[in-house]
Formats: sequence, structure tokens, C-alpha cells
Amino acid sequence: MDARVSDLYTIIKSEAASKGALIDILEKIQGRYRYLPPEALLLASAWLDIPLSRIYSVATFYNAFSLVPKGKHCISVCMGTACHVRGSPRILDRLKTQLGIEAGETTRNCLFTLETVNCLGACALGPIIVADGEYAGQMTLQRTDRLLKHLKRTDASHG
Amino acid sequence: MVESGISSTLEAIAEHPKEFVPTIITAACVTICGGTGCRVYGSEDVCQAFRRELSRLNLDGKVDISVKTTGCHGFCEQGPLVVIRPQEIMYAHVRPKDVSEIITKTIFGDEVVERLLYTDPHTGKAILKETEVPFYKHQKRVILDLNGLIDPFDIDEYIEAGGYNALEIVLNERSPEEVIDEIKHSGLRGRGGAGFPTGIKWELCRRQPDHVKYIICNADEGDPGAYMDRSIMEGNPHRVLEGMIIGAYAIGARQGYVYIRNEYPLAVSHLRQAMDQARDRGFLGKNILNSGFDLNISIKLGSGAFVCGEETALMASIEGRIGEPRPRPPYPSESGLWGHPTNINNVKSWASIPIIIKRGADWFAKIGTEHSKGTMIFSLVGNICNTGLVEVPLGISMRELIFDIGGGIPNGKRFKAAQVGGPSGGCIPAECLDVKIDYDSLTSLGAIMGSGGLVVADEDTCMVDFARYFMDFTQEESCGKCVPCRVGTKAMLATLERICAGQGRAGDIEYLEELGQEIKKSSLCGLGQTAPNPVLSTLRYFRDEYEAHIYADTCPAKVCKGLITYSVIPQKCTGCMVCLRNCPVSAISGAKKEIHFIDADKCNRCGTCMSLCKFDAIVVN
Repeated sequence: MDARVSDLYTIIKSEAASKGALIDILEKIQGRYRYLPPEALLLASAWLDIPLSRIYSVATFYNAFSLVPKGKHCISVCMGTACHVRGSPRILDRLKTQLGIEAGETTRNCLFTLETVNCLGACALGPIIVADGEYAGQMTLQRTDRLLKHLKRTDASHG
Repeated sequence: MVESGISSTLEAIAEHPKEFVPTIITAACVTICGGTGCRVYGSEDVCQAFRRELSRLNLDGKVDISVKTTGCHGFCEQGPLVVIRPQEIMYAHVRPKDVSEIITKTIFGDEVVERLLYTDPHTGKAILKETEVPFYKHQKRVILDLNGLIDPFDIDEYIEAGGYNALEIVLNERSPEEVIDEIKHSGLRGRGGAGFPTGIKWELCRRQPDHVKYIICNADEGDPGAYMDRSIMEGNPHRVLEGMIIGAYAIGARQGYVYIRNEYPLAVSHLRQAMDQARDRGFLGKNILNSGFDLNISIKLGSGAFVCGEETALMASIEGRIGEPRPRPPYPSESGLWGHPTNINNVKSWASIPIIIKRGADWFAKIGTEHSKGTMIFSLVGNICNTGLVEVPLGISMRELIFDIGGGIPNGKRFKAAQVGGPSGGCIPAECLDVKIDYDSLTSLGAIMGSGGLVVADEDTCMVDFARYFMDFTQEESCGKCVPCRVGTKAMLATLERICAGQGRAGDIEYLEELGQEIKKSSLCGLGQTAPNPVLSTLRYFRDEYEAHIYADTCPAKVCKGLITYSVIPQKCTGCMVCLRNCPVSAISGAKKEIHFIDADKCNRCGTCMSLCKFDAIVVN
């Protein structure tokens, strides 16, 4: 059995006993691989005895799940109301142009995924961006550019 | 000079002996806000600087100074916030380099570091004490009272402040029916938005013959612009747990769930830690406080679906299915999770329970208005000076909330509207600012209390675009199960987008009104039933803006891309090339030190040039 399959099995088995475990399992797999590999859905279906169609419906219903691999760096732009009135659409536009992708997409070199999030509840800091789990508040176009440059530079230095 | 904080605290106790005064502050204590907002500003570095500096001074045993990270203080705009107790001196925007000065001057001396004090922008005066700051002065903090005082990671601090005392009272002295009566008597209404009386809800669930019952804490705080639930769970998770344990005892449940957004990692970790501590102390688990009552609570993480805040969708999600709502009745209190009676309350409702038990239903019922008792937490966000969380008695006016506490509108702009209740709510225009806020008055204005998110819009906000934003949100979040919501929100959004693009037609306004009313009447769940509210309420109060878009081809607030053009003011342009280089569609021409020109045909109205220009040389028409 290849390493990933056995790893997926461990995740599925660890949660399978609890009631309504499907979403917990998918969350764990998503957390581990940053997407849901096709074999994960097949294995979960077999193990939990839930039709694949239902697993697919859950995997595509919730925003937290992705069926395609995400980029190395994940940038989320908060589109909450407070950020919206403080100019987050402009920040999102800037990232779209700079990265050449739409929200929800990943760059072809698999370096960046651009996402939007509804509200992070840090409204005093709006417009806010989360890059690889780090919050960056009160974003301007200049700061957005600087952040991107910084992410690209760390990559270059780490090879 | 700093006046003695201890004596003033003692005076306060003497004045209000029955008021609940936390007893945890004994010697000098530095509390640093550790809410998500202040953390982003760097509060953790400030905390470390305090610890490092104090340990460097080697004070072991000589002076009792504690440094602690607390939950959110609420005044997020001014973070990182540091309060020196017992004097209650509040310092704003503190940086690690300020720390040694604070220690030598304020903690060891009786001097104040003036430049770190909060300055009232209206009077220009620096304010010494946290309680004197207008933002705090007009509040009544009942649920949030301990947020800035205790370390949420330390159960002992909560216990010392009187925590879990209500649980002991309930388990030792009250029958479940007595607890329910007390909650009914307090007049507490569901803080999740709909405002259903909590005590009655509990009673309905308790009366069900099924011996398996569940309780759920709805912490799927999805309304953009509302973050009070997050703050409570981050700052005082034990109070939510205590409320749930009391509720489970009253209802007869043995299993509880907290359904929490996965976008709130800090709140999840605080809650997890609190649950472990409560289990260790015998407040949770088997045979709680030797009463024979068992309760287990599990955390379920939401997966990013707004509709899961609706109770039947939330339960479907806990069961591991897609979060689609179902028709009610049967209500969850009859048939909820896995078909068993289930009681769902919001975080704020659960957190109110220990307070009501401890201080009595009569005390609670004295706060607020005739039909809306207690306090409400609002998050003031958007175009407002003092962004943050405020807790006020129900019945306060919108004007007090926005201008006295919120400090008004920044940059000298004019107030236009306040959106209450998020995407399900409506806007309150300037002429309604004096209406007293309670569940019923807001409904009559076309808004709802909702979760308490209050987004302020200034004169630069286009109300049509604002409505389009909310419709875009609900359309995106519609689960798609019922036709009115799935198709109706799409049709409304398409019309709004057309109006914003400058292609509005006669009849659009009437169409939006008719469609909106139909969606409200025929949708399956609360999401669809309230989705048209932002459009209907902006139509009610700002119809002229819609008409300007449709009939005069203008966007009065100069926001809608289809109706504006950017141009260069020749007198101001220095020819610095910044806009030219940054234009994503190469619509700007010119050369160094020559006046630039924007080609309106190429321009995509992104506004980049205007926000980058240092000379205010770009204007929007």
C-alpha cells in the first residue's frame, strides 16, 4: 500500500467511530494535504459505507474543502462588510492582476492560491489579508505588493 | 500623578455592594489584550517585552507584578491595548520599545506616559483611565465584564472571579424546572438574532418524552462584520461552558456540541483548553460536582458555509451531511439532532445564563426595555472612528451607539446609514438615528437585531452597491435547496449588477420590490426569508440613489464603475509616472514630468491610480 493511502486510512480510522464523522474526516484530510485527493473520497466511501455521490456532495458544498491541490502559499482576502467598505475589492483586484489568476484559482507554477473569505472577525484591521495563516491588516496597494514580493523572495531563498 | 486605584475601587464597592466586582486584582497587574485584532498589531511581542523586562529587573518575591494576556478588550481600533491595574491606566498602540518606560514610570513611579494615553479626538484631551474613555464609559458590560481582566487560559482566574458558582448553585439548590422558570422570568431572548424567549425554548425541549436530548451552542458566527461570539469564546470560554452545563441540566441533555467556524482558530483552541480544564475540575464529564449529573461536550468545526448558522442546516452539518435546511415544524426542540429533541442557543445567550443565575432574574430584567431585556453586544465596524465591540443595554439609541461610543465618522465625513444585522438585516438612515434599539423597533424599521453586527457607511458609500454587495453574499451562500432563494437571489443580483453597471432600466426598482417580497414569503429558511432585506431597506430609505443610477446615469457616491470616469487634474499632476507604471490595463499615457492622461476607453475603473497618487491629481467624476 502506498504511503499516502495508509496515511489516509489512519486518518479515516481515527475518526470513523464518532457519529457524523464524515465532515471531521474530510477536515483532517484537507488540513493534512490542503486538498482532498480523489483516493481519499474513495477510501472514505468504502470505510464509512457512504455512497461516493454523497461524499462528493459534502466535499463540494463546503468552502473549506478543495478537490484540486492548492498552491504553496495561500492568500485569502477578507471580503467582509467592514473590509468591503474600507476597500478590500481594490486589494483583491490588485492581487488578481499581480498573480494573473481569479479568486479561487492557483497559479500555474503552483506557488500561489488566491482565495476570498467572508469575514475573519478582525474588522478593525480592515482591509485584511491572511497569507499562509499570518494576518496582515490595514492593507494598501503598496503593502499588498510588498507582501507578495516578500513571499516570492522567501521562496527564492529557500530554493 | 496617578490617584490611588485601590481606594477608588473600594469606594466603588461601597457604593454598589451588590454589583459584581471581580476580586482577582490584588497587586500591580498588567493586562494586555490578546484578541485576534491586537495580536495582529503585535500584542504578543508587547507581552513578551513586559515579561523580559520584569525578569531582567529580578524582582523575585519583592513586588507582586503579574503580566497577563486577556481576551479582547473591545477597543480594537487602538490596539495593542495595555491596562495597568489597579490604577486602570490605559495605554493604546503600545509597542515593545515603550515597555521599559511604562515599567519605570507608571508601575514603579506614579508618572504617566502621556504619549501612550488615548486622546479623545473631539476634545483633544488625553484620558487616563480605561473607564473614563468615552468608548467604555457609556457601555454596560455584563457578558464582556471579565474579558479584559482574566486570563482565558486559567480556569482559576474565572473561578476566583465567581465563575462556576452559578453551576454550583443550580446543581445544589435548584430543580431543572426552577432554573427554567428563572430564565423565563429574566426575559432573556435568543441573542442569535431571532429573539425567541430562551426560557420557553428550554421548556419545550425539556417537556419532550424522549430521554435522549442534545444541546448545541451555535458559534457559527457567519455575518460579515460581527465578531462578538469569537471574542467571548476567546476571552472567557468558561462562561459559555458554564451556561451550557446549566442549560443541559435544566433541559435534561447528556451531550452537547459547540458548532464553531473554522475561520476562528484562536477561539477553537481557547475553548478546547477550557473544556479540558473544566473536565479536570469536575465541572464537565461524569457526575458533575458529585450531583450525579453527566454531560459531555464536543466541538464540531464548521467548514465554511454561512447557511450552517441556520439551526436545521447546522444540525445536518453535525450529522455529517451537507448543510441544507429543512422545513420547520418539527422544530429542533421536538425533533432535532438525529431525530432527538435539541436545544440550540447562540454563544451570547449561553454566556448570559450564569450571570442571570448568579445575580438573579430580577436584576437582569431591570436592564433593557419592556420587551427586550438585558444587554446586547454590537460590533461597530466600517466607517466609524472607534471600531470595536461594545456592550450596551437594549433600548439605547443608535445615535448614542454610533456617536457617543463609536466616536462618529472618521475624516469629517457625513453619516449615511448603519447596516444592522448583516446580510439578513437592513439599513438605518440618519433620520432614524434616535430610535431606541430593541428587537421590535429594528424590525419595524426594516432591519433586524441579527447577531449585532453594525456596519456604518459614510457619504462615500453607494447604497445600491452596498445592497449589491449583500445580495452577492447571500446569493453565493444560498444552499440551493429551495427555488425562491436559489433563483430569486440570482435574479435580484443580476438586476442590481446591471444597475451598478449603468444599464438600469425603468421598472427595475418595482421588479426588485416585487421579487424581494416573494422571496421573503416563499423561501424555506431564514437565509432566503431575510436575503432581500438589504435591498428592500435601501429602496425604502435611499430610493433616490437607485433612481439616479437608472434615470440620470450617475452614481451619487461615485462608486459604481459603470457610471464613473477617472481623469487627471493637469494643475496638480507632476508627471511622476507612478500611476502610469501601476495601471493594470495600461490606460495612462504620458512621460516623465509631463502631464499624464487617462484613456477612458481603456480604463477599467480599478482606482489604483487614485489611491497611489501622492499629489491628489486624480479625480473621479
